[in-house]
Amino acid sequence: MKIHIKNGRVIDPKNNIDSQLDVFIVAGKIVALGQAPAGFVANQTIDASNLIVCPGLVDLSARLREPGSEYKATLESELQAAVAGGVTSLACQPDTHPVLDEPGLVEMLKHRAKQLNLAHVYPLGALTRQLQGKILSEMGALREAGCVGFSQANIAITDTQVLWRAMEYAATFGFTLFLHAEEPFLAKDGVAHDGEIASRLGLKGIPSAAEALALASILRIAHETGARVHVSRLSTAEGVAMIREAKQHNPNISCDVSANQLHLTEHDIGYFDSNCHLKPPLRTQRDKDALSSGLKDGTIDAICSDHTPVDEDAKLAPFAEAEVGASGLELLLALTLKWAKQEKVSLLNAISLISQTSANILGIPAGDLSLNNYADICIFDANEYWKISPNTLKSQGKNTPFTGLELAGKVKATLVHGQIVYQS
Amino acid sequence: MNNPQLDTDGRLRHLLSIEGLPKKILNQILDTAESFVGVAEREVKKVPLLRGKTVCNLFFENSTRTRTTFEIAAKRLSADVISLNVNTSSQSKGETILDTVDNLIAMHADMFVVRHNQSGAAHFIAKHVPSHIHVINAGDGRHSHPTQGLLDMFTIRKYKADLHNLRVAIVGDVLHSRVARSEIHALTTLGVPEVRVIAPKTLLPAQVDKLGVHVFHDMKAGLKDVDVVMMLRLQNERMNGAMLPSTQEYFKTYGLTQEKLSYAKPDAIVLHPGPMNRGVEIDSTVADGAQSVILPQVTYGIAVRMAVMAMLAGGSGQVQGGQA
Repeated sequence: MKIHIKNGRVIDPKNNIDSQLDVFIVAGKIVALGQAPAGFVANQTIDASNLIVCPGLVDLSARLREPGSEYKATLESELQAAVAGGVTSLACQPDTHPVLDEPGLVEMLKHRAKQLNLAHVYPLGALTRQLQGKILSEMGALREAGCVGFSQANIAITDTQVLWRAMEYAATFGFTLFLHAEEPFLAKDGVAHDGEIASRLGLKGIPSAAEALALASILRIAHETGARVHVSRLSTAEGVAMIREAKQHNPNISCDVSANQLHLTEHDIGYFDSNCHLKPPLRTQRDKDALSSGLKDGTIDAICSDHTPVDEDAKLAPFAEAEVGASGLELLLALTLKWAKQEKVSLLNAISLISQTSANILGIPAGDLSLNNYADICIFDANEYWKISPNTLKSQGKNTPFTGLELAGKVKATLVHGQIVYQS
Repeated sequence: MNNPQLDTDGRLRHLLSIEGLPKKILNQILDTAESFVGVAEREVKKVPLLRGKTVCNLFFENSTRTRTTFEIAAKRLSADVISLNVNTSSQSKGETILDTVDNLIAMHADMFVVRHNQSGAAHFIAKHVPSHIHVINAGDGRHSHPTQGLLDMFTIRKYKADLHNLRVAIVGDVLHSRVARSEIHALTTLGVPEVRVIAPKTLLPAQVDKLGVHVFHDMKAGLKDVDVVMMLRLQNERMNGAMLPSTQEYFKTYGLTQEKLSYAKPDAIVLHPGPMNRGVEIDSTVADGAQSVILPQVTYGIAVRMAVMAMLAGGSGQVQGGQA
């Protein structure tokens, strides 16, 4: 199979390319940019005039709900959503039922995903058994089964000795830990940022200090043990400052922010909108501004979707009882573009935050359009607006605070290993 | 974002919280309540305003007093009243709130009086009922208890001529109190120039000053020259733990005694939403003393709840209970 993507504006952050080039694909791999190789005759031509051709997006945090919560979403529905959002590789969290703490489960997940032939799935294994924060999981075996790193999802390790040992052990083998920073005692039963809005609405708050305290432990222990740590979904201004400071002397630290946090604040909860019940909670304008600056100056390395599909019934409850999370795979690109436009960030830099840097953090072969790479490609129209509604989302999770909003950035085609897996 | 409490003509559709209601509507409710005070003193304590309507008390959280006052209010308006304690029956069988509500709608309920231990529960139900059904929030988590706030305002109006010239102190567990939040919004909306809260830091929500109140931690300073003292109930489960060391220490520091009340103006009145913990947040000599208006609050509570129900069901907001 030979594919010719013509007349597109190719943006490839890794190779610092932003120009009108044709892309030539043979047997699933990129064989040339610009000039067709000798004797190239396309079986299929994609006209990308007025469109952007970039690496398939790489998402650092998605929930696919398999195994165990197929009533919320299935691997198939969510991987369809991924490619509809231009995402060709994603890391999935281990908080499934059962928890991803056994190699067999990981192999099964990888196998099922591969059969679907949509986006690539890179599982994050459970760092501790059952995510209970007590006994380390068999990281070596999980790694062999296909885990690209280890995570506690939203569940903190309260015992600092266990956290220390986990980092030491991971550092021994060069594994990356993906940790969400939230001190669980301060955050106990909290459902919103502990500030003006929570006080008005009578919701139990999660103070910013919960992030700072957890981050202080994580950064300190990472420093002591030499572990490679990626902090997932930063939410506070203080957190950004702490990461900035830590990065000055520890090159093994990276972090991301969810696209939700770049666009929403506590005020968006309005009259108890349960779609805004998120983890971490939506914080203040000041925090949002700091996250944005952190992203621009490189303190924050990447943007993730924090895709968490929730079934409708689980959101139909009073705010605190409604299940946490928002659907996000299909919004990652558009929300990133919206942020970039507001902050006057170039398309090249913006795309890097959801492709090349994410791929680097995961240590996977993706996120760029180098020659001889497998052709994982996203083709989108940066200027086409589309309305977010349950009908326009492929994900089984229709839960998003952005419902009703019109966003620019419509994916027109997605290629995985040189095959067109999505086209609109 | 549309205000879920008002219809497109700006009339009251649901009563969910004081916040978000214009001063005009608050005064309208209080004025309407005025005309209902007399109903209880008649030989036949009933007016036919809600005849043929079904009011459903939907209590997901235990309450005897509030439920009773809503029942009496609805019955005095000639409504048919059903009271359900849902926390023990359907919810434990896994039925969702909306299932319960839908069933009652199918039985042609016209009005829901809702109490729930989660903030936002009344908003949630109001969002899902058809437009001819009205929802009254009888307390949701820590968020709001608007009829309590209104009856407190009604009581203050009875004893203090000019709300625009008052200093009011709210004392106690503001953090967990839906009553306090409703009182604060009612007072500030009605133009009370100085609202204070007095409590230890453990019992105050984050950035409480943003609600428009002055924060005090000391009773002597906080009660100085106030016209109205509004006490809050201290829930049993907060009494011993990380919030407060003991009830004794709380009473010593924040319990309202005659001595502490003497810092306020000599003609200051004392309110309490009940039920009281005597010897914890309030001393019996104050609760039963000359400055206490705690029992009148209960009486006025019925008139205020009648007013709210009549305005919601009447639709026009022009109800005059006395002439009905």
